[in-house]
Amino acid sequence: MASRQASAGGEPCISLRGIGKSFGGVSVLGDIDLDIGLGEIHGLVGENGAGKSTLGKIIGGYYSASTGSIEVFGEQVSAWTPPLALERGVAMMHQELQLVPALSVAQNVFLGIEDQRFGVLANTENARLSDVMAASGFSLDPAAITSHLSIADQQKIEIMRALAREARVIVMDEPTSSLTADEAELLHETMLRLKQGGATIIYVSHFLDDILAVCDRVTVLRDGRLVRTSDAAEESKGSLVSAMLGGGQTETPYPPKSVPEPTAGEPALTVENLTAPTGVSNVSLNVNAGEIVGLIGLVGSGRTEIARAIFGADRASGGAVVLGGEHYNDRTPADSAERGMVMVPEDRRKQGLVMTLPVRANMTLPHLSHFIMMGGMLRTALEKARVRELIDYFRVSPPNVDGEIPYYSGGNQQKVLLGKWLMRDPGIVILDEPSRGVDVGARQRIHEAIADLAAKGTAVLLISSEIEEVLGLAHRAYLVHDGGLVGEVDPETSTTQDVLWALFHQNEYNSEALRGNAP
Amino acid sequence: MNSALSSAQVARFFQTYAVLIMIAALIVALTMMSDSFLTFRNLQNILNQNAPLAIMASAMTLVIIGGGFDLSVGSIFAVAGVSAAWIALNVDPVLGLAIAPFIGLALGVMNGVVITSLNIHSFLATIATSMVFKGVAILITDGRLIPVRIAEFTWLGRDKIGGIFVAVIVLIAFALILTFVLTRTSFGRKVYSVGGNEEAAILSGVRTNRIKIATFAIAGMAAGLAAAISVSRISMGQPSAGIGMELQAIAAVILGGTSIYGGAGAVWRSVAGVLLLALINNGFNILNADPFYRDLTTGLIILAAVGISASGQRR
Repeated sequence: MASRQASAGGEPCISLRGIGKSFGGVSVLGDIDLDIGLGEIHGLVGENGAGKSTLGKIIGGYYSASTGSIEVFGEQVSAWTPPLALERGVAMMHQELQLVPALSVAQNVFLGIEDQRFGVLANTENARLSDVMAASGFSLDPAAITSHLSIADQQKIEIMRALAREARVIVMDEPTSSLTADEAELLHETMLRLKQGGATIIYVSHFLDDILAVCDRVTVLRDGRLVRTSDAAEESKGSLVSAMLGGGQTETPYPPKSVPEPTAGEPALTVENLTAPTGVSNVSLNVNAGEIVGLIGLVGSGRTEIARAIFGADRASGGAVVLGGEHYNDRTPADSAERGMVMVPEDRRKQGLVMTLPVRANMTLPHLSHFIMMGGMLRTALEKARVRELIDYFRVSPPNVDGEIPYYSGGNQQKVLLGKWLMRDPGIVILDEPSRGVDVGARQRIHEAIADLAAKGTAVLLISSEIEEVLGLAHRAYLVHDGGLVGEVDPETSTTQDVLWALFHQNEYNSEALRGNAP
Repeated sequence: MNSALSSAQVARFFQTYAVLIMIAALIVALTMMSDSFLTFRNLQNILNQNAPLAIMASAMTLVIIGGGFDLSVGSIFAVAGVSAAWIALNVDPVLGLAIAPFIGLALGVMNGVVITSLNIHSFLATIATSMVFKGVAILITDGRLIPVRIAEFTWLGRDKIGGIFVAVIVLIAFALILTFVLTRTSFGRKVYSVGGNEEAAILSGVRTNRIKIATFAIAGMAAGLAAAISVSRISMGQPSAGIGMELQAIAAVILGGTSIYGGAGAVWRSVAGVLLLALINNGFNILNADPFYRDLTTGLIILAAVGISASGQRR
């Protein structure tokens, strides 16, 4: 990578001393002493719940520290809120972008700092935007409506918004989590360019490759404590993971793949020429019992839509779904669940869990008819016993059957979500991003559970934006582009690079023509 | 803020028990200010007078936990009340009382079907249906009052069994049944899930439309039951009865601390909310305070309760 100057010796622009934070009596961060050097890209890594996001938000002013002090550009700050932080040149880019969807690019960039006369807008945004675009190297249509843009473009707006406010320090919280690989690459180039322009970037991320690619220095957090800060050049993925986990563990290998037994009859799931108004076009695939079949595609390729159309979450307009030889039309989620086909949706907070209900009620929600006696009365003891088994199986922490979901980390929420769907040993499981945004430990446990499923004879359809994950777990995989299947890859012989190349190649050709070659 | 930890805990504690704390404070204050307050007679009277509202608020709790609002229960109360009176006068007094909850149930089902089949927010749908129902109540009576002075009709609202008003017994039984349904049955669990995250509930195979229709049906039935008690008590069917009761019921639910965003809450909270509103009223009466300040005071207390509830939502 380009100029990687170690700025450890340079003057710090932000100094944290003894920073601690607790929520509701639970300490999530303690005794953090950290200097962020001027003009560096500084990575913050750690497992989910290690406190890296919390630390980022404290620097950005979104959380107030419970203890300790913050010094910004040599000055001690007392009150520290997002507006005050911006005033001093510190901006924060959240994982969930904070844009007004209905406004244009220019309006969002200058939101709150519009040129005005006595409250009447001067409409100079578009002209001012060209300056900011020149500084950032982005080019977007100033009049484009934000909600019509991709996440990557929306992030550009967020970055320009920080630049328009003359931010010199930008905290980025998991900026690549919803980007495709090439978009992430572009973001990294932007970060390096911003650095050359004199900006300091604090980069919070799960993705160690990303961190190592652009950061000058990396700080590892574990259980709310600072483990070490070192030059990125001296770290490797393995050294970071072992620092994050505390033990001597290195990067987690994927669990061994079971060999699906050749089944005599029909595949567990057969999809024929499935088409849906959501963009799914002419999809045909099959999954045998005991087999893990992957769907690989870029964000927006229609992977999720295919899953939803099979499961019955979206209405299909044509084609057929056959479960073990039996045609299944007019699909609904309720009917699918009854037939033993379940789907773990991609967004655990919006589509997966009921945040107001405890662990137990979430896990048993799809299966209540199996936990009742006469009069619809719940068999609480049975419910608790079954939930307890799943908590033990997935090693959910804290292992509390009636724990409140909002207090669980992302990884543990995801385990609850998986437990919810695997409770009654379904025959077919569709997994949409089963390990998105979870920590290393939870990810490994989830991978083991997926391998277990196949070993027990479950048919698994696995969707993930991490190609490596699909290759590591699946027996077969299809490439998805523009709502259709455009090829099949053999995970044993393919590398991530091969698959990426194949996917990007799709964009350069007429996808209609390619679809003719689909399996 | 340095005490972020403790302030979060305090906020949570208040959100959970605010209504009980306020009731306790009012009871202490009123006891000190008046000898006639803390008597079994006065307390039972308060409960008895407010039994119809408390029944409606109990059922409204289910609707709100399920993510809805029902602004038509006041009008359902009117239709069921005048129908009960008309049938009591023209057919049979006991049948009149017995049929009122079923009329309410039917109108509640209509609400639910309108909301789920047209896929409009319950707030809007029930504003419209409440006007329709109000019109029906006027048509049934031709705009006149229907007096029913028959003992077989008035016992429900006026009589006592073992020193306890029948209406109070009905209220307690109804609230206990709803509590049981909400906390111990699969239906109750589904109500919470629909209000807490409808999309997750759908993807979990919950037939959310059926659950919503059922909550509105229960709210309608409760309004019918409340109307039977009320009409029996005043021995008169009035097409204008029930006006504003839907807002009082919703206010009591919110005052009790049930989340207006759905997904969380409890029936006892709403009964406590009704009690709190009633105590404020009773206080004004006992102390001979200027009734002009009554609405103002009540409104401020509801505002405070909603403020506490909203502060708990921000995390």
